[in-house]
Amino acid sequence: MLEFFKNLFAPSTSSSTAKERLRLVLMTDHISLAPEMIEQLKRDLVEVISRYVEVDLQKIDVSFEQQDHALAMLANIPIISVGRPTAEPPKPLETPSAAAPTAAMKSGGDVTPLPKRKRRRRASTAQASV
Amino acid sequence: MHEPVAQPTTEVLAAPTAPRGRAIVVTSGKGGVGKTTTTANIGHALARRGATVALVDADIGLRNLDLVLGLEQRVRYHVLDVLEEKISLDDALVRDKHSPTLCLLAAAQAREKDDVDETKMKALIDQLRERFDYVIIDSPAGIEQGFKNAVIGASEAIVVCTPEVSAVRDVDRVIGLLGNAFRPQLIVNRLRPALVKKGKMLSVEDVNAILRLPLLGVIGDEPEIIITTNRGMPIALQDEGATAAAYRAIAARIAGEDVAAPTVEVKDSFMDRLGSFFGGRR
Amino acid sequence: MFDLVEVVEGRCQLRQALIKDKRFGDCLSILPAAQTRDKDAVTPEQFSSVVAQAAEQCDFVLVDCPAGIEGGFRNAIAGVGEAIVVTTPEVSAIRDADRVIGKLVERALPIRLIINRLRPEMVRTQDMLSVDDVCEILSAELLGVIPDDEEIIDMTNRGEPIALNPSMRLATIYDKIARRLEGELVPFTSFDSPGFFGRLFGALKAG
Ligand SMILES: Nc1ncnc2c1ncn2[C@@H]1O[C@H](COP(=O)(O)OP(=O)(O)OP(=O)(O)O)[C@@H](O)[C@H]1O
Ligand SMILES: Nc1ncnc2c1ncn2[C@@H]1O[C@H](COP(=O)(O)OP(=O)(O)OP(=O)(O)O)[C@@H](O)[C@H]1O
Ligand SMILES: [Mg+2]
Ligand SMILES: [Mg+2]
Repeated sequence: MLEFFKNLFAPSTSSSTAKERLRLVLMTDHISLAPEMIEQLKRDLVEVISRYVEVDLQKIDVSFEQQDHALAMLANIPIISVGRPTAEPPKPLETPSAAAPTAAMKSGGDVTPLPKRKRRRRASTAQASV
Repeated sequence: MHEPVAQPTTEVLAAPTAPRGRAIVVTSGKGGVGKTTTTANIGHALARRGATVALVDADIGLRNLDLVLGLEQRVRYHVLDVLEEKISLDDALVRDKHSPTLCLLAAAQAREKDDVDETKMKALIDQLRERFDYVIIDSPAGIEQGFKNAVIGASEAIVVCTPEVSAVRDVDRVIGLLGNAFRPQLIVNRLRPALVKKGKMLSVEDVNAILRLPLLGVIGDEPEIIITTNRGMPIALQDEGATAAAYRAIAARIAGEDVAAPTVEVKDSFMDRLGSFFGGRR
Repeated sequence: MFDLVEVVEGRCQLRQALIKDKRFGDCLSILPAAQTRDKDAVTPEQFSSVVAQAAEQCDFVLVDCPAGIEGGFRNAIAGVGEAIVVTTPEVSAIRDADRVIGKLVERALPIRLIINRLRPEMVRTQDMLSVDDVCEILSAELLGVIPDDEEIIDMTNRGEPIALNPSMRLATIYDKIARRLEGELVPFTSFDSPGFFGRLFGALKAG
């Protein structure tokens, strides 16, 4: 009972703080452990954006930053030129390489996917135990 | 983004012949005895005394000092970035949120301990010693490459031991490896006086009868340490409390003050203290 | 008395180096590590072949892995078919466990989790991560939970295995873990029931 009120007024418990901090830090760890995945993500990003505008491939920078309670992806993609607006928006393309000459960069074969571990296997019990 | 890091105290600037800062490695051989916790708290306690302090996490691949200090969100670069000259030392140092004269140099998480060039590591610690009064190096467990990396730049050692047989054995091994050059001093961590009284735990005297080192301090087994670690606010930041006081006494001894020998009073039993969680805590 | 390095170097047979623990009849033997040698005195391949030899003679071969992810870790995981990851419900331990699980997953080793040194009363006051929290963060299957208990320190001091003292509540906990390893479906006792806290609290107090 007392506990209930204490928890009600406490800003946050130490265990929930721990859980939140761990969640964020492990996301960051997993990203730093999968550099190939980030490279692939960059390539895919460029590919999509190049369908609409011409970007400076050399100066693309993708980084991750913890912001308060979330992990944010920050992409800095300098645009070289933008085509004249037309009535029809550019068609989303099925085959990526057809999009723009810039997107012809190959999307490498063996790419390590990100922390697949995220939901590898749910804990078998919902209940704590001995 | 990067504030300038702490400058040496004016005294040091004024007297170039003054001894450089001290590089102290915190080690144990044994895993999980509290090296990182000790490093963080001693760092804060020394900084509180006005000293400039750099904490170096040498646990490449398994870094934790950032988490214990609550600085994990601010870490951009790490010690290998500096060793490999990808980033300047200034850019890699993270200034603490609470103690402005305290800085962290984080370990790389996605790299291996074998990636460290020992010569460069020593040079880096020397460089830090030119700028900080204290450089405290958090060693990983074990006596492999990570241990060597941590020790290479240090001139003194603090060994952390819990009052348990397996820890004493590992610490004894490490003391042997360190030799006399590092003038190792002992911190006994996680002592439960009530258990010692019941004869179920080695006493500080028991431990030191085997290790035979100058005793730098004794820290109790405190649930509050787990709680403060959960929050990333080391207990030494608190103004009150026996544990914070114990860390301050350790800092004073490190600084050369003649503080009375550490004593641990047998307080209320461990269970009584746990019991207080049900009532008194926030 | 021989050790692991001597087995690897062919200076003795595995059989000669295994020390039988008489307290367990013929069931438990220990292969000591070398105390005076570096961890790189043995290669993962050599280590793996010793484990394979032991597996021919025993139902279970448990490899006690050192802390860290250096050579000793690489050796310890070289010859095994599955892994038990031991963590405490504390931020530093969990972050390290996550890193180790990543390495084990890379090798496609099945993993189960033991949460050690849990303090149920601190979990209750939300000052310690719960079993559910830890399993969720690490997304790993649970093998068992061991409370923080002074008896373990006491028994370690004496060099007496807890498992031999069936009157102890802790012996039951380790027994359940052993049965789960044998493939038995042993139900987990809930920490949520108030009865559990009462019991554990009582047990600690008695000890
Ligand atoms: N005096 C203490 N009382 C209670 N808990 C403690 C105490 N000292 C450390 N701990 C807890 O023990 C755990 C291990 O501590 P820490 O990470 O500092 O050990 P370590 O020696 O650095 O471990 P590693 O060998 O993995 O680097 C942490 O969760 C910490 O909160
Ligand atoms: N559940 C528990 N309750 C209380 N004390 C425990 C518990 N589990 C382990 N300990 C104590 O913690 C200490 C460290 O345990 P142990 O030596 O098994 O750790 P380890 O993970 O093998 O360490 P290392 O990484 O150095 O090999 C021992 O002294 C032991 O008595
Ligand atoms: Mg540590
Ligand atoms: Mg061990």
